[in-house]
Amino acid sequence: MIVRWALENAGQIWSLTLNHLVIAAPPIVLSLVLAIPLGWWAHRHGTVRQVLLTGSGFLYALPSLPLFVILPVLIGTRILDPLNVVVALTLYGLALMVRTATEAFDAVDGTVRENAVAVGHSPAQRFWRVDLPLAGPPLLAGLRVVSASTLSLVSVGALIGVRSLGYFFTDGYTRSFVTEIAVGILGTVVLALAFDALLVLGGRILLPWVRATDTRTGAA
Amino acid sequence: MSFVLAAFAWMVDPAHWGGPGGIADRLIQHLLYSVLALVVAAVIALPLGLWIGHTGRGRTVAIGLSGALRALPSLGLLTFLTVAMGVGINQVLLPSTIVLAVLAAPPMLAGAYAGVEAIDHDVIDGARAVGMSERQIVTGVEMPLAAPMILGGIRSATLQVIATATIAAYLGLGGLGRLILDGLPVRDYPRMLAGALLVTLLALVIDAVLTLLQRLLTTAGVRAAIGSG
Repeated sequence: MIVRWALENAGQIWSLTLNHLVIAAPPIVLSLVLAIPLGWWAHRHGTVRQVLLTGSGFLYALPSLPLFVILPVLIGTRILDPLNVVVALTLYGLALMVRTATEAFDAVDGTVRENAVAVGHSPAQRFWRVDLPLAGPPLLAGLRVVSASTLSLVSVGALIGVRSLGYFFTDGYTRSFVTEIAVGILGTVVLALAFDALLVLGGRILLPWVRATDTRTGAA
Repeated sequence: MSFVLAAFAWMVDPAHWGGPGGIADRLIQHLLYSVLALVVAAVIALPLGLWIGHTGRGRTVAIGLSGALRALPSLGLLTFLTVAMGVGINQVLLPSTIVLAVLAAPPMLAGAYAGVEAIDHDVIDGARAVGMSERQIVTGVEMPLAAPMILGGIRSATLQVIATATIAAYLGLGGLGRLILDGLPVRDYPRMLAGALLVTLLALVIDAVLTLLQRLLTTAGVRAAIGSG
């Protein structure tokens, strides 16, 4: 039944999946790219740390549906603009990643750092060759959490009319059609698994030492 | 900016507070749904987490399951259960409680087993050496020492549940989500924004209360042992 419906509606599933991807990908990438300098900054300065970590705690407390509604007011977009969802999910991703990045840089062994300086690394070399690679595994673990939660939150946008796989939830609900909802759930979970597999693969290529040191994948 | 002012004006207008469907009513409903789901999740997840932490068994399964649950879209699960269970508009509290409990369980589980796992093994061996039973070790040693992390898990579960309870309004349930979803079709943006601000305020207030509780429940000995407040 599910397979038949999916085959009959393959075109719609494909276009909604693409929409879902287009909304989910920028927040996942941006939260990592922005969290690294912010986390580094927070790691080095006590005051910055306080401000950033309190701020990200506050952001994380904002519920997603209300945030989709508040944002248009703050950034001047239309309420049905998919951009609202992208910005809101980036803020969520950041809230999680800034904390993760700060703690990841904190956890880099001080003696390793001193050794790097002792053998003549400049501050920039030290960052790129020592701090960032060593912070890699916890950063990857955090990014996997961000990826899963972002892909699942995109669907809430359907409540305010932003098209994604979440459309199958609202449409299936109004039609009391459980197969359609199941296809939406399966699609979201498959996307989340695919992203997770990509991240793990990327981690193995970029950080070959992850398998030996990554024990944090189960952290909340 | 005038939007925000209009929302605040809407929020503080006494006419919007009382009666069925008023802000007070919605606040209480929102809290009731959230507490119900959190209690259900805690009854299942906390003992399980303590058991996993104490015995070291089932950790891989718990991590895998938590990860899989995180990827499940709450809105999808909510509509799926409601339609699949064939419940009427009056019984949607059941699917919404299940969905919110599913959301709350992984952080609670993780907080409990990670908290117990983080305890120095010498401490537990010491307790065993002075003749404490396994039950006494769990309640008298592991629970107090893991308390900060257990509460941390409960805190993060609570924030997520309060935030997500807003989408229960889509099924016709009450709660603060009603202000947002009822405002949408009639373009009553001040009401929607007021709803959004109220949920956020509620989450922040509850989080502050739990942070305080976390501090109070962390005994001086534990604080000294783990070196933090």
